[in-house]
Amino acid sequence: MTTLTLPHVTETLTPRPPGVVRRINDVFSLTVRNLVHIAREPAQLSDVTIQPILFTALFVYVFGAGVTIAHGGTYASYAIAGMLALNLTTSAMGTAVGLSNDLNGGIIDRFRTLPMWRPAVLVGRSLTDLLTSVICTAFVVATGLLVGWRPERSLLYTLGGFAIFWLFSYALSWGCACLGIVSKGPESAQGVGLVILFPLAIVSNALVPTAHMPTALRAVANWNPVSAVTAAARELFGNPNPSALVHAWPMQHPIDASLLWSFALLALFAPLATVLYRRRTTD
Amino acid sequence: MANESMIHAEGLSKRYGKTVALDGISFDVPAGSILGMLGPNGAGKTTAVRILTTLALPTAGRARVAGFDVVSDAAQVRRNIGVTAQDATVDELLTGRQNLVMIGRLSGLSRANAKRRANELLDDFELDDAGGRVLKSYSGGMRRRLDLAAGLVTRPPVLFLDEPTTGLDPTSRSRMWDVIRKLVADGVTLLLTTQYLDEADELADRIVVVDHGLIIANGTSAELKAKVGGARLELTLNGPNADAAAVIRPLCDGDVHTSHDGRQLRAPVRSGTGLATTIVRTLDRAGITVDDVQVHQPSLDDVFFALTGHATEADDDNEIDPEKVAV
Repeated sequence: MTTLTLPHVTETLTPRPPGVVRRINDVFSLTVRNLVHIAREPAQLSDVTIQPILFTALFVYVFGAGVTIAHGGTYASYAIAGMLALNLTTSAMGTAVGLSNDLNGGIIDRFRTLPMWRPAVLVGRSLTDLLTSVICTAFVVATGLLVGWRPERSLLYTLGGFAIFWLFSYALSWGCACLGIVSKGPESAQGVGLVILFPLAIVSNALVPTAHMPTALRAVANWNPVSAVTAAARELFGNPNPSALVHAWPMQHPIDASLLWSFALLALFAPLATVLYRRRTTD
Repeated sequence: MANESMIHAEGLSKRYGKTVALDGISFDVPAGSILGMLGPNGAGKTTAVRILTTLALPTAGRARVAGFDVVSDAAQVRRNIGVTAQDATVDELLTGRQNLVMIGRLSGLSRANAKRRANELLDDFELDDAGGRVLKSYSGGMRRRLDLAAGLVTRPPVLFLDEPTTGLDPTSRSRMWDVIRKLVADGVTLLLTTQYLDEADELADRIVVVDHGLIIANGTSAELKAKVGGARLELTLNGPNADAAAVIRPLCDGDVHTSHDGRQLRAPVRSGTGLATTIVRTLDRAGITVDDVQVHQPSLDDVFFALTGHATEADDDNEIDPEKVAV
């Protein structure tokens, strides 16, 4: 093929051979691209900036007035881990909406004709979601500190609590990737996503203790991964955790349960998303 | 090696459910040449391009691009092609420069090379002023140029342009033609789809005419035109003049037909630069005043009438009216 090379083609334009470095580069390029999108349309970020502030303030002042925490502690000190759970769970939808936007636009055809690592589109999207999760965490924590929440254990434990949330949110974003791939458009992805994620966040120990829930609902809440993650964070933050008294395995071992749930979701949804993506982009 | 086929299609077919988009097409594009794929909307041009650029899998048949099979060696094909699709495949929310750098990076260029190449291309395509602007603010012509630039980031030896000028105003169109000519001067092999006969005529070395997923004609522009007939001259004189027909006869390609009021003249011509001027001057010298002169190029419709006996509209397919064709 050398005879066909253009006269001014230089050695420097020869693409690097495929490999791990190329893959990381591809993921990085696409993550940067997604972040530029967010910077251009910051309204996209409202669910990880304004929503956390609003929810935290509303829940602490409205619910806090009516909810009593067993064995003491203020609602604010109880609620912040729950606020993180609520906001990080619903914000995983960013992946569904973003991916659906990409798949329904012309840009995906461009990507598909480039000699790039194909799953980079998915991995880049999930990493973008992880970064927005960190932003979301900062907003919840800042609001929490203002309303009187304090982590009671060392910084390392507190960071561990955040890490558990981020891992869970990252695993969920792969589930949302599947949703974004199979949905008809960004609007329907968002609609369906809310219908799944909102109950997931609410039927848990995130906002109120589960002790007074009806039996069936209580069972669901005790085994809900959101409950495990929230309970684990409360343990690590040193905040009140009434779920410690619940005789369900995930509530007795919230950190183990959180890790198990997160890795299980990741092991299920990451390969599934890759398969669905390949199917969706095969014509 | 000079005549090596850079794009080779063999019985390519594509079915979407019951719809047959491509019904077995075969062609070759030698290295360094341009193939114009001419056909109306829905003829199968885009499907052919999608298969050749690894975006779609053929239902039957095979194709090789730059020597690599488009199905079994798709990754290698992608390393050797540049694509400009019919719909813009650039990122609306990035700037022109960011788009080109991202594509360079995703093609495996180093950051420095990707940036250098982006600036080069913005310069080449007269987009250097717009390079820092988000695409949303680009005009249709600018967006097309950027889309074309995006296909050239790695200087691929094979290029696919799917209707690169559809929807562009005449100025942007001729600008795009200049760019394409420059590319080919650089030795790129190009497959260009178009709905315009004059575009294929202007740019392509060979033309395949596609209709309903089949190639219905294949040849050089001259061969195709010989089938269709050339351009047509239409003149309106200031007043009836019996000599006018004889005066312009030497400039025409056949008999001159004079209307019954003696003011309108029609004749087949071989179009060339300045033909209209020459005709008006010649008549002027003979003391004949011209009100209106037009040289009609044969259109895609004319080609289709000549080749198939029916018009390009899909709706007309089932009712080929022999009288209509004869008119």
